[in-house]
Amino acid sequence: MAEKLIGADIAPPDLHAKITGRARYAEDFRAEGMVFAKLLASPMPHARVRRVDTRAAEAMEGVLGIARASDLPGEAGPRERALTDEPKYEGEPILAVAAVDETTAAAAVEAIRVDLEPLPFVLDPLESLREGGPDARLDGNVVKDREVVSFKWPAAVFEEAGEDRLPMGEPAVEWAVGDVEAGFAGASVVVEETIVHQSVTHHPMEPRSCMAYWQNGKLFVHGSTQSTQQTRNAVARMMEMDVEDVVVVAEYCGGGFGSKIAGSPVMTVPAVLSRMIGRPVMLRVTRYEENYIGRARAGFQGWARIGFRDDGRMTALDLYLVQDSGPYGASDFNTAGVVATASYQPENMRFRGVPVYTNTPPRSAQRAPGGAQIVAMLEPLVDKAARELGIDRLEIRKANAPGSDGWLGPNQGKFTSARVREALDLGAELFNWEEKKRLSGRRDGSKVTGVGIGLSPFTAGSSGRDGLLVVREDGKLHVHQGIGNLGTHSIADTARAAADVLDLSWDQVEIVWGDTRKHLPHSTVQAGSQTTFAHTRANHAAAEALVGLLQELAAQELGGAPGSYRVSGGRVFRAGSPAVGMDFAEAARRAAALGGKFSGEEYPEDLNDATKAAVQGLAGQGLVAAARDNYPRDGAIYSWVISFCQVELDEETGAVEIVDLASAAECGTVLHARSLAAQTNGGVIQGIGMAMSQRWVFDPKWGIPFTKRFYTARPPGILDVPRTLRFAAVDQPDPQTPVGAKGIGEPPVGAGEAAYACAVADAMGGRCLCRTPLTSDMILAELEDRPRPYGLLDTHV
Amino acid sequence: MAVIRDMIPPFELFQPASIDDALALLREHRADCWVLAGGLDSFDWFKDRIKRPAAVIDLGGVEALTGIRERDGGGLEIGAMTSLADVAGDEAVNASYPLLAEAAGLVATPQIRNQGTLGGNIAQDTRCWYYRSGWPCYRAGGNICYAATPRSMNREHCILGASRCVAVNPSDAAPALVALDAEMIVLRAGGEHQQAYSAADFFIGPAIDITRMTVLEPGDLLTSIVLPAPPAGAARWYFEKVRDRKAWDFSLASVASALEMDGDRIRDARISVNGVAPYPVRCTAAEAVARGRVPDDETALAAGEAAVADARPLRHNDYKIALMRNLVRRAVRDAA
Repeated sequence: MAEKLIGADIAPPDLHAKITGRARYAEDFRAEGMVFAKLLASPMPHARVRRVDTRAAEAMEGVLGIARASDLPGEAGPRERALTDEPKYEGEPILAVAAVDETTAAAAVEAIRVDLEPLPFVLDPLESLREGGPDARLDGNVVKDREVVSFKWPAAVFEEAGEDRLPMGEPAVEWAVGDVEAGFAGASVVVEETIVHQSVTHHPMEPRSCMAYWQNGKLFVHGSTQSTQQTRNAVARMMEMDVEDVVVVAEYCGGGFGSKIAGSPVMTVPAVLSRMIGRPVMLRVTRYEENYIGRARAGFQGWARIGFRDDGRMTALDLYLVQDSGPYGASDFNTAGVVATASYQPENMRFRGVPVYTNTPPRSAQRAPGGAQIVAMLEPLVDKAARELGIDRLEIRKANAPGSDGWLGPNQGKFTSARVREALDLGAELFNWEEKKRLSGRRDGSKVTGVGIGLSPFTAGSSGRDGLLVVREDGKLHVHQGIGNLGTHSIADTARAAADVLDLSWDQVEIVWGDTRKHLPHSTVQAGSQTTFAHTRANHAAAEALVGLLQELAAQELGGAPGSYRVSGGRVFRAGSPAVGMDFAEAARRAAALGGKFSGEEYPEDLNDATKAAVQGLAGQGLVAAARDNYPRDGAIYSWVISFCQVELDEETGAVEIVDLASAAECGTVLHARSLAAQTNGGVIQGIGMAMSQRWVFDPKWGIPFTKRFYTARPPGILDVPRTLRFAAVDQPDPQTPVGAKGIGEPPVGAGEAAYACAVADAMGGRCLCRTPLTSDMILAELEDRPRPYGLLDTHV
Repeated sequence: MAVIRDMIPPFELFQPASIDDALALLREHRADCWVLAGGLDSFDWFKDRIKRPAAVIDLGGVEALTGIRERDGGGLEIGAMTSLADVAGDEAVNASYPLLAEAAGLVATPQIRNQGTLGGNIAQDTRCWYYRSGWPCYRAGGNICYAATPRSMNREHCILGASRCVAVNPSDAAPALVALDAEMIVLRAGGEHQQAYSAADFFIGPAIDITRMTVLEPGDLLTSIVLPAPPAGAARWYFEKVRDRKAWDFSLASVASALEMDGDRIRDARISVNGVAPYPVRCTAAEAVARGRVPDDETALAAGEAAVADARPLRHNDYKIALMRNLVRRAVRDAA
């Protein structure tokens, strides 16, 4: 028996290349005759291109071509494209120049004159909702009933709210469960706050550079992307090409966090330029450009009113979110309403929201989109209620946490599994909550201790994808992964599901990934923390199919019934007479000779077309098994992380130091303990950054951002968290998936962010600043009773 | 003309091996050259294509500008090209001037402290993001300050010493050198003469020259920083930097103090705060309050209040008044 791989600490196969620098990221690729491109970015937050004078640039030696929006496939419309004649944020690319080298391309960009007609712009969603307020786009400012409309609230809505309360006019989206007013009537304590969560950029270490070339009508794209097989689909869609004519190569990805799910619009720029000039084109996206075209998390200006009974049970949650959607939209606010139900299971709930376009760089999913924001916004209010009710903050969360029979609002049913209370207990023990909570308010000179808990749910899976395995004549199991190598190790770890079904040791497994020429099956996009759940299932299903094929093949070749054969250790053999059998190499040779269903000439009908094409490509190369994940499941797949944070707040400076930090995860069976800890702790730190220091500051008069460098945007660093950082997992299987594992990428972010926000509020004696980030200037102004640095509803500060 | 960033334009690079060669190059290229130390400030300017010198003189190969030497009669002389890491780790600096070691050790990150120099740290330009974004402000030769309008984003800007420009000096080492009464040795005008500047004179405000942070002009070469012998009597020191995160961050404000004690009383005090004005502020009013008194919290608070008596906030930086007051308070109360 091979040792089970699920749960073991095994370094992923790409680690050496990453650590030694041999791994090739997007900008490391080269092709013969390759030239370089640079972008020309809009200097205004909203404008129309009147005229472009490229004569001086075109006259420069070494300039090879210039691409405009009209050179892109398709028509300009409401959707974002890589280049535009109506830039909707400062930094949006207007054109691109290809030249023999970057120095020349940059000089050419500088020599181009663009005549722009300035258009009205807006950074603050509330300003856009005022009567007479600017719309971020020519077609309006809000999507309502799937139409972009110019959506305004009467002046009375703003007057009634005053300066410190969210104005709440007609929403664009509204849903309710139960009767929220009845819920408040039955509440002992009601808390109500206006809360701001700022937008923040993604800041992956690797910008979205891309190199493209054409050969015989095929487009080859080397890029930075979270997915692979789905990125090929996305590139084909953007380029309006048949997917068969697109090759995507993306073996490594230096971070995406949701900003590179299936590639990026800018991938079309080198593709179009390359077609134009007949040479490979590399677009190295700079850190500066990444801040504009690299995506951001949508911010909220929100309001919540929450009712609790004496026992801490949440009787009513009334939530209103105004979303800063950027110029091309985001759906975070909808997710936020749903995630709130997975946190608290309120007996009654009303959700209202309005997404507003702004002239700030585009939004996309960012690690727990909507979820992290709402968790960080609401958890401090739960603490406020606990304080008023005199209930322990761990207990109030247990009183509201869902079990598997819980519900996900407004109409998404129950959960596949939800051991949230177990995770709360596990985390409390790891952190020593019973002792730590007594430190709340302790003084040491000017320093005050605060402790906090953040409970954070997020989606953690999907199903119905395909697995594709090949046993080749080298005797190894080749696991074809259509998923991308986005840095989470899922590319290797989900393959373990197949190896364990085959009772195979890890050195007998080869992962095939990162290049769509390698015959990759239909896969999820690497988003929504789907991969672990979806692809342990898909690989498990394919491995079960492979076992069946091995048994059949052995029976056919060696006699006996298929059911009398076992598969283990790289052999198929007769139970009780292990000498009767063959190893994988032999099985591969015989499968290739037999053909038919053994070698991929025949395959299951329910496979996705992409998988069918991959199987066809592999046919004859050994024993080929492909299967769709048809395992049943009934319920929403969610994981939870609970973080516990202890801080010391210096009342003389407003500075906060994290003294202790521990987290517990409920994500089903642990697939890879070391990687799980890295994912969880990394997400927790990323979340803490949003609550602590990370900013996206714009000048409101000119509509221009300043936090375009790491040192001004201030994402967190490892020195911001204590050496005591630690982690544990419930490690109990989800009963509705064969391997038992759920995703973990996203829930830690809100947990870290909320635990930090709660700990800071605790150190301030329960005073909640109700905004992110909680920078020392805001804390000090509050403690010293000085003028607030910003208005309660101000964003981008 | 379209704007492009993050792409260094070509320049001619000179790498002299001696001070004389460096001076000769300075004389030759006087009007259009850039003196490069560690490059942490320079390369940002070059990458953004805002400063576009034709010639760059890299001092990295001039050995005579590197190293920490004991001076006859006491004190230390630190070569301007000595890395911040070497300053922070130096035995003599730690023994006699711990606040400078601490200040140098709190700059940015280990990589930056290895590459960045003490001279570069004190000669660096302001980080006002309007100015660094290439906006045509006073400091850039224009006729407006974008950071001081009613809607400007000026959380990081100054509460003291504004004169049209409201940018602050970002150096961590500067307030420590002011508190230590250091001298900067400058070879002026391509080496025609040598001049020593007290720290108080070396850093200049916009009222003196709005386009420069220090006395250094084109053709000048900062060669070393001289620390006088520490006071013979009992001394107490304090340094603190407040920032938004624990690495790679400029200060919101920083404070350095050197207290000379006479029993339990303060005989003399030198206190400096940076990040609050276009130059490191010498807090003479606070020093006067502290002199002759026991450094208890009452004295400390009075010193802190005195330090901010003339402070005026911009739209978003009122907190800096409380922060500076409290830092000065701590620099008196908690000095050790």
